[in-house]
Amino acid sequence: METGFWLFLLISIIKILVVVVILLTAVAYTVLLERKVVGRIQNRWGPSRVGPFGLLQPLADGAKLFLKEDLIPESVYRPLYILAPIIALSCALMSIAVVPFGAPVMWHGVNLFQITDVNIGLLVILGITSVGVYGIALSGWSSNNKYSLLGALRASAQVISYELALGLAVVGVVMRTGSLSLKDIVSVQATHGLLSWNFFGGFQFVAFFIYLIAAYAETNRAPFDLPEAESELTAGYHTEYSSMKFAMFFMAEYANMITVSCVATLLFFGGWSSPFGNLIPAVGGVVVQALLPVFWFVLKVFFFLFLYIWVRGTLPRFRYDQLMGLGWKFLVPVAIANIVVTSFWMALRAR
Amino acid sequence: MHLVLFFIFGALCVAGALNLLLQRHPINSALSLIVVMTSLAVLYLLLGAEFLAAAQVIVYSGAIMVLFTFVIMLLNAGSEERTHGSKMAYLFGFPGVAALLGLLAFVFLSRSSSFGQAQLGEYLVTTADLSKVLFRDLLLPFEVTSVLILIAILGAVALARKEH
Amino acid sequence: MQTHPYTWNYIPLLIQILVAVGMACSMTTFSWFIGRHRNTKAKLEAYECGIPAEGDARGRFSVRFYMVAMLFILFDVEAVFMIPWAVIYRQLPHITGSPLFGFWEMLVYLGFVVVGVFYVWKKGILDWATDKADI
Repeated sequence: METGFWLFLLISIIKILVVVVILLTAVAYTVLLERKVVGRIQNRWGPSRVGPFGLLQPLADGAKLFLKEDLIPESVYRPLYILAPIIALSCALMSIAVVPFGAPVMWHGVNLFQITDVNIGLLVILGITSVGVYGIALSGWSSNNKYSLLGALRASAQVISYELALGLAVVGVVMRTGSLSLKDIVSVQATHGLLSWNFFGGFQFVAFFIYLIAAYAETNRAPFDLPEAESELTAGYHTEYSSMKFAMFFMAEYANMITVSCVATLLFFGGWSSPFGNLIPAVGGVVVQALLPVFWFVLKVFFFLFLYIWVRGTLPRFRYDQLMGLGWKFLVPVAIANIVVTSFWMALRAR
Repeated sequence: MHLVLFFIFGALCVAGALNLLLQRHPINSALSLIVVMTSLAVLYLLLGAEFLAAAQVIVYSGAIMVLFTFVIMLLNAGSEERTHGSKMAYLFGFPGVAALLGLLAFVFLSRSSSFGQAQLGEYLVTTADLSKVLFRDLLLPFEVTSVLILIAILGAVALARKEH
Repeated sequence: MQTHPYTWNYIPLLIQILVAVGMACSMTTFSWFIGRHRNTKAKLEAYECGIPAEGDARGRFSVRFYMVAMLFILFDVEAVFMIPWAVIYRQLPHITGSPLFGFWEMLVYLGFVVVGVFYVWKKGILDWATDKADI
């Protein structure tokens, strides 16, 4: 094949490696951020001993988990017990491939700020999320432990229920954009700053709140962290896991949080677009122009991650029947109503 | 390169299907079926059907197979017991399958010119192309799908009912 | 502008999937070889908070979990059908020649599905806390 292909391949591989390294670092520091913030919310310091402000804590944790004894209990079904954390983590690391981090900057015909832009980007993310359920389901089943199995059943039932609401919530955004490509979804919102974001336009704030609630349940985070409700289920589906296998579930949870925050930013808060639109004239050279969108994107994602932690530090846990009731009896009907209202409003405006 | 990918995923698909039959434990069979479904999605993608590929992963790998896994988890289905099968199966089953396969292969090969050609990676059916057909020309089948879903909901509820 | 063929866009996705799976596999393998293994009988038992594990964990569970998975399939199919409709919604008045046609065709479709939701709701399938449900 011609040189263009090899160059394309090389740039792609470099992009992927850079993004994966950044993602894993972000996962590590989200954990630290969570411990710090929850610490402050509960009026204590959080990690502060390892390095300045405890900044080296993630490294210490990682090294510790890596060196721990990897225990495989006798009663487990080994092949699936080992496979489950691999599925969980790899699914969590995949979906970042279609996320645009900044305004398209072309270099030799390749966009530098997005690993790849496919026409069905949004569906790729939904598909990968739906496959991620197996990590949880199989871990609980293969562990052959009552807590694990109950936790896994709860978790998978919860994840699939809220996946439905999540899928219906994005329909409104797709309707307004007319495309499933995440690059297009952002660039439609990038015209007039704040006002053209989907959150403010055309009833999509309803869709946003449905998405946000569903996303919290999808990632098994507080207040929907029933699968690992420690007072009743020990540690839920990863009770029997130790060492790196436990850490992989842990990393998968935080990587999913980051992905979900990215998607919330892209769909409802204009992705990399600046809140001021064209009001502020462009300043700086080419490099600043390329990096400023990345700054806005990271800022918005950071806001969502902070919100995650804030909610965790504030809200008590739901009861399981309340959780399923909220998903099926509230979110799904409201999402359907949102689709009907949005489409009617759009049809009236198009007249 | 498309041909290479086609053969890799085609082989994966067949291997998954064979593994599904050979595995003794239902959960392994279910996982093999997921592999089959996902490789089928890649084959659709190679033919340019993007939306279909995504729908295949979301609906088959992500929803239907979750139900299978759930049922296996809920019922505590153990390993299947191997029997030798009936004599009739050996006498008629295998020759029957072979004959059917031969017949289909013969028909496909002899009539291949009238089927039209599918080019790997040559063209692309975007979601918008698909929906233009679906929401104008195939509107009735689309609306009937919703009736089908409703009937399926009634069926699912009826299956799980208490016995009165 | 993008200069390469569109189908190339799937190659980085494939590589990303391979990288993700590779990383997960290598993490498991390395930690298995790095960590030491000193197994005792008590360690290898199922962990049920120190109380000796009784019986097999895999029992039979509430049929509600099955119902959730079943309903999820049905509504997921419905949601998947909505996405191509949403993609083309802006162009539908142009394609069908009537401004509200696209809206009505989805309203009819959703109408049947909402009847399904209502039926399931009334049957009590969605109430997890009561025993009155018909399952």
